[in-house]
Amino acid sequence: MTKQIRQLDRVVIRFAGDSGDGMQLTGDRFTSETAQLGNDISTLPNFPAEIRAPAGTLPGVSSFQVHFADYDILTPGDAPNVLVAMNPAALKANLADLPRGADIIVNTDEFTKRNLAKVGYTVSPLEDDSLAGYLVHPVALTSMTVGALAEQAVSKKDAERAKNMFALGLLSWMYSRPYESTLRFLERKFAARPELVAANVAAFRAGWNFGETTENFSVRYEVKPAKMQPGTYRNITGNAALSLGLVAAGVRSGLPVFLGAYPITPASDILHELSKHKRFGVITMQAEDEIAAVGAALGASYGGSLGVTTTSGPGVALKSETISLAVALELPLVIVDVQRAGPSTGMPTKTEQADLNLALHGRHGEAPVAVIAPKSPSDCFHAALEAARIALTYRTPVILLSDNYVANGSEPWLLPDVESLPDLRVEFATAPNGEDGTTFLPYLRDPETLARPWAIPGTPGLEHRIGGLEKADKTGDISYDPANHDFMVRTRAARIETIPVPDVEVEDPDGDARVLVLGWGSTYGPIGAACRGLRQRGLSIAQAHLRHLSPMPANLGEVLRSYDRVVIPEMNLGQLAQVIRGRYLVDAISYNQVRGLPFTAAELETTLEEVLKNV
Amino acid sequence: MSEQVALKLTAKDFKSDQEVRWCPGCGDYAILAAVQQFMPELNIPRENIVFVSGIGCSSRFPYYMNTYGMHSIHGRAPAIATGLSVSRPDLSVWVVTGDGDALSIGGNHLIHSLRRNVNLKILLFNNRIYGLTKGQYSPTSEVGKITKSTPVGSADAPFNPLSLALGAEATFVGRTIDSDRKHLQSVLRAAAEHEGSAFVEIYQNCNIFNDGAFDQLKEPGTRDDFLIRLEHGQPITFGSDGQFCVVHPPGGFGLEVRETASVRPEEIVVHDATVADPAYAFALSRLPGLDLRNTPIGVFRSVRRPSYDSAVQEQVATAKAAVTETPEQQLAGLLGSGDTWTIL
Repeated sequence: MTKQIRQLDRVVIRFAGDSGDGMQLTGDRFTSETAQLGNDISTLPNFPAEIRAPAGTLPGVSSFQVHFADYDILTPGDAPNVLVAMNPAALKANLADLPRGADIIVNTDEFTKRNLAKVGYTVSPLEDDSLAGYLVHPVALTSMTVGALAEQAVSKKDAERAKNMFALGLLSWMYSRPYESTLRFLERKFAARPELVAANVAAFRAGWNFGETTENFSVRYEVKPAKMQPGTYRNITGNAALSLGLVAAGVRSGLPVFLGAYPITPASDILHELSKHKRFGVITMQAEDEIAAVGAALGASYGGSLGVTTTSGPGVALKSETISLAVALELPLVIVDVQRAGPSTGMPTKTEQADLNLALHGRHGEAPVAVIAPKSPSDCFHAALEAARIALTYRTPVILLSDNYVANGSEPWLLPDVESLPDLRVEFATAPNGEDGTTFLPYLRDPETLARPWAIPGTPGLEHRIGGLEKADKTGDISYDPANHDFMVRTRAARIETIPVPDVEVEDPDGDARVLVLGWGSTYGPIGAACRGLRQRGLSIAQAHLRHLSPMPANLGEVLRSYDRVVIPEMNLGQLAQVIRGRYLVDAISYNQVRGLPFTAAELETTLEEVLKNV
Repeated sequence: MSEQVALKLTAKDFKSDQEVRWCPGCGDYAILAAVQQFMPELNIPRENIVFVSGIGCSSRFPYYMNTYGMHSIHGRAPAIATGLSVSRPDLSVWVVTGDGDALSIGGNHLIHSLRRNVNLKILLFNNRIYGLTKGQYSPTSEVGKITKSTPVGSADAPFNPLSLALGAEATFVGRTIDSDRKHLQSVLRAAAEHEGSAFVEIYQNCNIFNDGAFDQLKEPGTRDDFLIRLEHGQPITFGSDGQFCVVHPPGGFGLEVRETASVRPEEIVVHDATVADPAYAFALSRLPGLDLRNTPIGVFRSVRRPSYDSAVQEQVATAKAAVTETPEQQLAGLLGSGDTWTIL
């Protein structure tokens, strides 16, 4: 039969199933196919902390949302147009997010009495009228997959496990995706077991062919490629981009990268990724605890490496004392905090921005550090380079505040030209710097950067001792002198405060906005999408986004004061807003949400519209 | 690293310009002098030597050594030194720590650096007391110890530092005493020659808060009868007249002290620090009683196992050996790996 082909400008699909159903992989493959086609993309994985929560239960539901469009998009989408529900739990857990009229593809094989009962359905939602407002496509995914693989040399269990590829095949057909990359991927993934390659490829094709032949699906969709800047792209998650940024920092500085890390969700992927890049001279050490991880990184920095430690909030708390030591020693150190919902263990696989106070203030004594935050998955690459640049140039710890949303979300990344990346080369001290020509003064500062010399062990004639005790200016000798301490505390503050950072840019295409919305970190996408929505409806609003949180851009105060109202949306209870109020005496409106999920553009749009009405 | 040229350094070259600020009479002075006098023997340029310490009286040590040095934070010296040593295998890295620093707040880092066999020389000054915080009991203080924080006596059982290190499978374990410079230097010498972690406990007197803690091992009247001087390849006998010896009684798990006259010569254990099973050195570490009788000093254990540093460096070297491109070319290849697409 001939199918109708309908053009769409954007689609949001959510793949949902049990933790063991392979939904992350399915979503990932669909994303890759979509990237190949040239759509703009944004993704949002959402999975439980449990590796295998009890099968078929609501806590065990894992999902992957992908938003793709023929224009540039900023978020993974508020509401799915299509839900693929591999079992009753996946349907129940996600139904509330679906707008009326959305397509729901359900795996009917899993809608058994037992599975329905597990999530509290007394009657199957497929059999009453509870899904009347949706376009339901019942598909016997499991049994059709098993049937399609009857001739294959695989067990029934392996055949059933291939049902996610059937679903992927069906969706790939439905949205006219090029699938060659998926076939190549399956060959790589199951290289050691050719029978699984054949089975998964057969399942994928069966799903594709089912779409083409069944009357269940009468329409096929196309989303044309987006107009994107010319160049070569790849789809990348924030954690992967951040890892590559650190490797790039090693190459561009000419220094070995030393990563000290202790496994913690959602930062462990950075340790995994960097451990693959030994050929770049990267050393990774899985330390005995968070404290040892940062200690080893600091020890490596002392020896002339780019010391890095990666963690999440609980780990930063443990590292706090060592970060203060690094402040006193004035050595480069990059601390990556991939934030998750806290306090304590909180919700380790969910996102939050509640470590800003910790990053800015969470140390004993006056211990200022530089803090920067990436705004999107691909921006993690550049943010990592920027963190390394500040750490190396100004000999200071830098906290890089990523979060679970940018770490695990993905988007297309325009590959940078390596030569265009910042030059991070540093000069180690090689000769005495005292006026007498023979003395070495480890705390004699560069007048421009206020950085002290980086004299690494192995350099003859510059033997010196450093430590946590207060140091006399210039000589670095132990000092309890009151005036010296006052001077050193102020100097350590000044050397962070005077790091030059780019001015904050304001996006106000209409030029007459009276309300500014200020964000930081991963809220960039949702805020941007909300602002676009308002502008499309003829309303004026300005957007500014902070990448540098310490020091803050020099023009920020002026920017803030030039608007009637400033709104600060954050996934915390107003941590940036408090800083802005304190520093700039601006009566900012703090808008907060801490649900473990990113803002939706729609809710921000509604909130901002309210503010606009009241100006 | 091999320095063929004799550097002709002296103890004076290892003295920094900083005023030494331990209490007069502290055992740390003797250790500092012994280390400074020993250092030239290494024939390593001063710039390639680093002392890393934690917090406590002993941890002021790096300030007084004219080498590179870091006085870090409480308990963390082994972790910091690990990062330094692994990334800079050309350096000779020494950790100076105390019983509180290494065994209490920093216990985790100590055992993990030992199990990894990081190329560190760890000197633990054990005075069985917290000195810098003015006299609280430490994890090596005896049960019942009366201190400021335990006015009716400590209820804690102490650690035996050597037993702990051996439990962590340390490849080199030794003990010496602050007041015996010759012996101290002989253990340092053996430690310095060892590849991997070398753990040396140094009994050190705190004359302010725990004076005389090791007097029985120092007084001419008692020391010969209390101390067991371990010498590799020699039968273990001790006492002013060699009247005591160490035997391995059949059927028992450990070692015991007997009167030499009461056993056949072949029953006396011949000290062998290279025994692969740490159980032997562990048994030696269990000999002393609370009264310090039967305290072995010297090298308990010295076995070969690849250091963590060399294993890590080898992985990097192997990966790098296959590289033919410039770092920039490699990076461009890495950034563009995986599924990419091009927009014209």
